[in-house]
This record gives sequence, structure tokens and C-alpha cells, in this order.
Amino acid sequence: MTNRLHFQKRVWAGAALLAVVIMCALLAPWIAPHDPLEQDLMAASLPPAWSAGGEAAYLFGTDTLGRDILSRLIYGARPAMIVAFAGATLAALIGTVLGLWAGFHGGAVDAVVSRLVDVWMSFPAVLLSIVLVAVIGTGLGSVVLAIAVIDWTRFCRVVRAETQVQASLDYVTSARTIGQSRGATLWREVLPNVAPLLLTLFTLEMGIAVVIEAILSFVGLSVSSDMPTWGGLVQEGRLYVNQTPWLLGLPIAAIAATVLACNALGDGLRASLDPLLER
Amino acid sequence: MTIPCIDIQGLHLGLRATRQRPARLLLRGIDLRIAPGEVHALVGESGAGKSMVGRTVLGIAPAGTEVLAGSVRFQGDDWLAKTEAQRRVHLGRDIALIPQDPLTALNPGHTIGAQVSGVLRLHLGHDAAQARARTLKLLDAVQIRSPSLVVGQYPHELSGGMRQRVLIAMAFACKPKLIIADEPTTALDVTVQREVLRLLRDLQRDEGAAVLFITHNLGLVARLCNAVSVIHSGRIVEQGSVRDIIERPRTAYTRALFAATPRYDRPADALRPIDDGVTDALWSDASAYDDAWWAAHG
Amino acid sequence: MPLKRLLWAVPTLFGVLVVVFVLLRLAPGDPIAMMIGPGATPDDIRALRTLYGFDRSVPEQFVIYLGQAATGQFGQSITLKRDVLELVLAQLPLTLELSLLALGLAILIGGGAALAAVAWRGTAVERVIDLFTGFVTAIPDFLWGLAGVLFLGVLLPVLPVFGLLDPTLRFEPVSGFMLGESLLRGRLDVFGSALHHLLWPALSLSLPLAAMISRVLKASLLEVLAQDYILIARVKGFSPWQVLWREALRNALGPALTLAGVQFTFLIGGTVLIERLFGLPGLGNMAIDAVINRDLPLIQGIVLTFALLFILVNLAVDVLHTRINPKLRR
Repeated sequence: MTNRLHFQKRVWAGAALLAVVIMCALLAPWIAPHDPLEQDLMAASLPPAWSAGGEAAYLFGTDTLGRDILSRLIYGARPAMIVAFAGATLAALIGTVLGLWAGFHGGAVDAVVSRLVDVWMSFPAVLLSIVLVAVIGTGLGSVVLAIAVIDWTRFCRVVRAETQVQASLDYVTSARTIGQSRGATLWREVLPNVAPLLLTLFTLEMGIAVVIEAILSFVGLSVSSDMPTWGGLVQEGRLYVNQTPWLLGLPIAAIAATVLACNALGDGLRASLDPLLER
Repeated sequence: MTIPCIDIQGLHLGLRATRQRPARLLLRGIDLRIAPGEVHALVGESGAGKSMVGRTVLGIAPAGTEVLAGSVRFQGDDWLAKTEAQRRVHLGRDIALIPQDPLTALNPGHTIGAQVSGVLRLHLGHDAAQARARTLKLLDAVQIRSPSLVVGQYPHELSGGMRQRVLIAMAFACKPKLIIADEPTTALDVTVQREVLRLLRDLQRDEGAAVLFITHNLGLVARLCNAVSVIHSGRIVEQGSVRDIIERPRTAYTRALFAATPRYDRPADALRPIDDGVTDALWSDASAYDDAWWAAHG
Repeated sequence: MPLKRLLWAVPTLFGVLVVVFVLLRLAPGDPIAMMIGPGATPDDIRALRTLYGFDRSVPEQFVIYLGQAATGQFGQSITLKRDVLELVLAQLPLTLELSLLALGLAILIGGGAALAAVAWRGTAVERVIDLFTGFVTAIPDFLWGLAGVLFLGVLLPVLPVFGLLDPTLRFEPVSGFMLGESLLRGRLDVFGSALHHLLWPALSLSLPLAAMISRVLKASLLEVLAQDYILIARVKGFSPWQVLWREALRNALGPALTLAGVQFTFLIGGTVLIERLFGLPGLGNMAIDAVINRDLPLIQGIVLTFALLFILVNLAVDVLHTRINPKLRR
């Protein structure tokens, strides 16, 4: 049996695609051909460069205000990636902490947390996110918070289950160790077991975060500035789908590709790390 | 000369080669004939190949195996030449199996009645009412005390002995010509074993079915059988009427097999393990056979 | 088990109510301010505030709300000026029809795919199905909806992309159930048009669920098919299809059923966005506007309705479980 971790093909494919998106986000000012906010009404509603009427300068065409779609797509990767990483991290943090707490203490604490998770999951996620953003106000921070608030339950369940397993073992083997030291040992024991799964959930959560941001933009509740977001592009595209269908198609493709990449990465990690988990 | 119920001649079953190991023979030229109404015991240790014989006839030999040579004639027809669909017509109706483990052999999600009726409706074309009536009669015939209650129960609600009776009922349901009983009492308590065997004997006499009784314990079935084949390393080592085999065993292996088997009629006899020398000799014979076989059929 | 869930339903609903109530009142943005006209005087504003009870403290408001809710009074919508219960009941049927249609499609597609993958195991058919399943699961319903609008609505127009009925048709279902009532009353033209309009929305919702069902069902089918009693069934003379359908399927449904139940609640949640995207007059569509306009009574009513729906679905799943697994019954 090999000791090395054999990553499945999916992991590489997903990671590569995600890397492209991250690169777009990081290097947008240098790789985007135009200023995403620059309007040129003379060049409005141009189709992609390879179809009739297109211009080479605007590879994917322009929107109704003459803004280059390719540049807007590239810049759109920024809020997408910020939201993905920050949202997933925050959700993971909240979920992990609550899960550890519930699993460790058991009893009343566990019951409360479990009820909380159930109540939380009784909300349609979309509605909850809309309510939240309506409450907190628009902006990237609100979106990140919304994602964390909606999806922490995903992490909580997993961590709680694993912690419970560890806690029960500890009861049996080290009855003498009490209080603080047991807590620390629990932390040290639970985390390594749970880390691979958390990593998988994190990557999956990133994909979800991108979609939630798109949904919020679509409903008009995301970032209020002019900076393009993929969801915002979708909303514009939906409005003008009959005149400029590529305006809708391209951001959909971008979102879909990112989500697929995150899923491939997450699924692949889960599959690759399975033998590791069954120690 | 009546046509034998089943006539197996020179049956060779092989395990296909894989990347890890070369091809192997599992059955090395089995000759076995069962007359209509005859109860024939196939006796051997684990790994001797006795289950393989039954499974090959039933068409459920494990994946990766194939018949390399020989013939099986059922009721005079070439059985192996038939397609799976053709054989399905007979399976469950003319040839039936009584499996070894009554717990796993029944579908946990269906009632007993549904499972027995299912076979009746499939092969005999009964409608629901007819099937139910016949099911109740069958359950009664296998000495289940309250058939109308059992019909609505699920397998997990019955004891092991009752489950095996249900399986026997299903086997006899369509009045088969041949029953293959694959160690049907191995999974049961000793006390229940006797009853089930007695039941089997009675039913067999009433229905006149031929039985291939696969077992590792000849003592258990001596009173049931007419003929015996002793199998080791995929070959028939000795064959004959039950009286001949028991009173005048010809090979060392057969004699050793009896010495190792607890006798219900002579419980005080000491048990003696089978001498390695005997089995080693048989395995080396098998090896030689294989070499000759692969040389000829490479 | 179902009884236990029923008992938990009450505190869960209560919890939902508390969360929503508190959250909404923490929000910046005055609901009253959003609904008054330009010529309103401070007296008018105060009067409205008292009418809606916003002049009292949050706990007081909650108690009043609970009291009224117990008698079936859920207040009046601030923006639509109608009784909340009436509004919810008017829009609920569409959401239900959409969800159930989507569920039906998901079961058909997912179940069919799983059966096909198992029946043709080891062949290209299985590989293709596995690939599709993986691909489809990743894409959320929202994106499917959008893709449909683009490809099927605009690029090759085969599907309508907005509204519930062809504008030339007139039909007012008394019960609110467009599909059901039009079929029962024999108006097949209306039924056809409504189905045409609901098809892609329902399909978008169903595809992710179908993919999940397919994956789980296939795995549990393969597990069941490895059991002894399946081999015995073959020996009894049943054909491979009969074995799959009769013997294996029912025992394999368990995990798929649990999954479908959980995911169905997510599907219902997805109707919010799909209704918005396709302009369908359902609960979710109304909810979005209610949130944006801070229509507190309406939001509360809608959220409560969704929570109730989820509980009912979970209950139904529990009951179904006892039907398919005899060991759970006694």
C-alpha cells in the first residue's frame, strides 16, 4: 500500500480551473483589456468578436452601455473570490466552534445547538439570505456575513459528530483527566480527524458562496457600487436577453465553471482522502 | 433404461486467469447421474467443489468461471447449450434450490406470502387468489403451524427453522423434477436439523422429486439417500449406492471421512481427523491432472 | 418516529418565528417610511405606527402577534393592503404545484437514471450517466433556470420564459391550483399552456435533486444486488429486470428517500428564486418583494408557511420510511 496521497484527476482539474479564476481576480488590472467601467456608447451592444458585427477590440462583445464584457467578467472574479474565501472561512469558523462546543459538552448545550441547527435549516436558504441582507444592508461584507450565517450548519454537523465520537472515547480511556486538559486533548484529537473533511466542505462552500452572491446580485441586494459582479452581469443580461444574449450566457458560464471547479476539487479531495480517514 | 433426471458427464469448470494468478481448474471432470426420484448425496469437505457443481447446474457459478468441457443433460436435453432465457423457464419450476442460509436467502422487504406466491405466479400463472390458496397449502405441508398468520409476516419475524421450512415450501411449490439442496441444515440448531430433514424426506417421497443433496456430513443424510458421490479437489473420488459406500468404502479418503464424521447412531465413537497423507495424495493427483489438462487444452 | 417529529414541530416553528421577528425589527429602514406618500404628516405616521403596533417594544409586539396568530389572524400586509393569510393562500397553490411537479420530475429522471446505470452496468451507458450526474449535481437550480431562459427561451425559442399562461388564455382557478383545476375542468388548452410554462422552471428545480437521487439510489441498488436473496431470486427463474424491479428496488429506496426528503425542502426553498426568474405568481416571488419593502407582517406569514411546509415534508418522509422498511414498523 502506498503512503503517498493519490489525488484524483478531478482534484487537479478543479484546482487548475480555480487557479485561473483566482489569477483573474488577482491580476485583473493587468490582464483585462479595457477599464470595466468605461462606457463607449458608439460601441454599444456589440456581439462577440467572432460573429458578424463584432470587433476585435472587444473579444466577447459589449453591453448596452458599451462596456467590454470580457473586462467586466475578469473584474467580476474579484468579488466572487473574496466572497468565496471569506464567506467559506467565516462559515467554517462559526460551524466548527459551535460543533466542537456542542459535541464536547453534550447534554443541554448539545440539545440547544441541535435545535438551533434544525430551526436554521427550516428556512429556505434563499429567503434567509435575502432577509439578512435586507436587514444588514448591501455590500460585500453583508454578503459574506449572509453566506456564513446561512451555511454554518453544514460545518457544525460534521464537527459535532466527530467530536462526539472522540469525547466518548475520552470518557472511557481517561476518566481521571478532567476539565481544561481534557478540553485541550479533545481539540488536538478531533482536529486532525476532521481536517480533511473540513477542507472538502470548505471547497464546496466556496462554490455555494459564489452562487449565493450571484443570487443576491440578481435580486438587487449585492454590492451597490459600479464594480461589476457576475450576479450583476446576470441581472443585466436577463433584462436584455433578447437583444444581447451573450450578455447573459457568459456570466452564467463563468459562475458555472467556478462552481464546477469547486465541486470537482471538493469531491476529488473527499475521494482521495477517504483511505486516509479510515485509519 | 429410463432417462436420468440429470446427467453430468466430464464437467470441467475453470477459473479464468487474472493479472495476479493464472487460470485454475475448479471441477476436474465430474461424472454424476441421478435417476428420477433418486436422492443423491454429494459429500465433501469445504473447498472440495461440491457447491460448485450445484451452482454450475443452476447457472450461478461465480463470476470469472466458465465451463471448459463436459456436458450436463437435464431430462435428456442439453442443459448448457440453452440460453439463459431458456433455462429461466425451468429454474424454480423443474429445478429448484434449497439454499444454505435461510436468513439471507429471503427478501427482508417482502412478506412470506408474497415470496411464495411470487414463484407460483411466475411459473404456474396463478392469479392472486389461487396463489394465496396454494401458498397456504404449501406452508401447511411443511408443518408450519399457522399458515394464515405466517403468510403476512416478514422473514425477520420467523425463527431459523421456520424460515428454512418456507424455503423448502418454495422449492417444492411447482413440483420440480430435481431439487438441489445445498447444505440446507448447516445453519440450523441440531434439534431443528432432524425435523427439517425428516420433513424433506417425507416431501420427497410424496412428490417423487430427485434430490442432489450437497453436504459435508454423510452421517446426517444416510437414511435419506439412495446414492452417494464423494468429492475432493474437484473430482469424484468414490461413487455408489449408499449401502456400498457406508459398509464397504473403497478409498482411503472415504474411510477417513467417515472416521471424522460424528455418527448419530454411534455417538460414543472417537472422532479422528483426516490424515494429511490421504488428502495430500489427492491434491497431488489433482495437480498432475491439471498439468495434463492444460497441456492438452492450453 | 413520526410522533416525535410532530412534537418537535411546535418548538421549531416557535424558534423560526422568534428569529424572524427579532431579525426584522433589528433592521434599519422604517417600514412605515417606505409606504407613506409624500404628503404625510407626523400625525399620519404616528397613526400608522400605532395601527401596525410598531410603537410598542419588541417583546410586547411578539406576544401580541402570538396571540393573534393563535386565532388565525396574521395581520395585514403593509404594501399590498390585504390580509396576510388571504395573500398566502392565494399564492401558495402555485408554489405547491411547482414543487410537486419538480419532485415528480426528479423522481422520474433520477430513478430512471439509477435503474439504467445499474441495468447497463459496466457499459458506456453507466459511464455516461455517472458523468452527467456529477455534472448536474454541481450546478444549482438557479443556474439551470438561467441557462434555460437563455438557450431554450431566446436562442431557440421552444419554451416561454415568463408568466404562467399564454396571455391569450383566460382562466381563474377557484382553488388557485392552475394545473389541477384546469385538468379537472377539462380545459386542456389551459392545462397545456400552464404545463408548458411550468416545465422548465420545474425541470431546473428538479435536475440537481434528480442527480442526487440517481447517485444515492444507484449506490444502494448495487449494495442490495450483492445480497444473497437476489442470487436466489435469479435461481427461482426471475428475469434480470424482474429481479431489479421486484426484489431489489424496494429494499434500496431507504437512503434515497431520506435524501429526497431533505433535499425536497431545499427544492421548495429554490422556488423563491425560480418564481422570480420566470415571473410566476407564487409565494417566493411575493416574498422577495416583501423583504425589499420591509413588509413585516407579510414576511412573517410567508416564512411561517415555509417552515410549516418543511415540517410536513419531513413528516411525510418518516411515514414513508415505515412503509418501505418493515423492520421499522413493530
